[in-house]
Amino acid sequence: MQHSVKQDTLVGLFVATGIAALFFMAMQISNLSAFSETESYTISAAFENSGGLKVKSPVVVGGVRVGRVVAITLDQKKFQSVVTMKIESQYDQLPEDTSASIFTAGLLGEQYVSLEPGGMDEVLVNNSIIDITQPAIVLEEIIGKFLFKDNDAESKE
Amino acid sequence: MIHLLTQLGEKTRHSFTKLGRSSFFLQQILIAIIDVLPRPHLLSKQLYAIGVLSFFLITISGLFVGMVLGLQGYYILSNFGADEALGVMVATSLVRELGPVVAALLFAGRAGSALTAEIGLMKATEQLSGMEMMAIDPIKRIIAPRFLAGFISMPLLAALFSSVGILGGHLIGVNLLGVDEGSYWSQMQTSLDFYDDILNGVIKSLIFGFVISWIALFEGYDAIPTSEGVSRATTRTVVNSAFAILGLDFILTALMFGDI
Repeated sequence: MQHSVKQDTLVGLFVATGIAALFFMAMQISNLSAFSETESYTISAAFENSGGLKVKSPVVVGGVRVGRVVAITLDQKKFQSVVTMKIESQYDQLPEDTSASIFTAGLLGEQYVSLEPGGMDEVLVNNSIIDITQPAIVLEEIIGKFLFKDNDAESKE
Repeated sequence: MIHLLTQLGEKTRHSFTKLGRSSFFLQQILIAIIDVLPRPHLLSKQLYAIGVLSFFLITISGLFVGMVLGLQGYYILSNFGADEALGVMVATSLVRELGPVVAALLFAGRAGSALTAEIGLMKATEQLSGMEMMAIDPIKRIIAPRFLAGFISMPLLAALFSSVGILGGHLIGVNLLGVDEGSYWSQMQTSLDFYDDILNGVIKSLIFGFVISWIALFEGYDAIPTSEGVSRATTRTVVNSAFAILGLDFILTALMFGDI
């Protein structure tokens, strides 16, 4: 095979498109661009039940993503699950009596932490703990309650 | 009976000898790679033969695989009213599995067999021993550049395959079947992780590139120098590469995604 400039150009083009494809995957497809390590502070909240919440689940305020869950651990004394969250530093005006709830996106979608701001003047700082929490809604529990309620009603009749 | 046992033993010993020879061959290649680096024109020639000539096969296959995934995924997901998740399905299956594996299988068929046939024919026509006579090490001059080119091309081709496949899924899902474009991309972005999914896919394709180049070059170098021997070696390259790719893929998947 004769070595030529044209071949070199094609090889260059090939390598460039390959690298472009890798970049495309990194930027357009994965969450690399969404959460590069920006400045953040950590807060935590204890839930009775954290349901299907996972590390990296989103934390939202009024539908806007402000951070993500970094750790879920069990408090051995109260038997509650302690959810640690990283909040981006630009959202530093959350009042201290903010409440946290775990919701599900859609009926069977992924679970996320929703923060509802309260009315106090003091704001949440690094390592603050959210006191007012609402546990995850477990579908089986609701169905169970619904069924039992039905049974109770029938037995009374 | 005894004859059978002897034959079995002979065959087993034979395959172990071959494995040993190929390991030694790999070691020689890895040492020789250092000598390729000062001669980039050798590498670029092989990148052309291995990478550029596989480009259209890989991109067109990727496009069709993505389109099929988009179509099938849409039919199944729309049963559950979850057709917004089409992007996630297409991207995850391509980036994690299909991209590296199918690209590697095609690569073994397109470039691996060509490598074996080329090297085998060089051996049959005594070009390799001719080089040795001129005090040129054929491993350094012929084998190592091809090995390096295969190792470099494979991840690029797999990335191309996945990207084109995702665009193909977009073409069918969004443009033809009417899945919402925003949710196609955004759900993909939220559920795919750069390190867990994309980087692991790239690592897979690097390993596949390594193994395919190794098998193809060794089979060529080890071929019986007759036309029949070369043809057998070419077949063995494709068969062994396919086994190695699929087996390794299982092991790598278990290692990478097992704990999620």
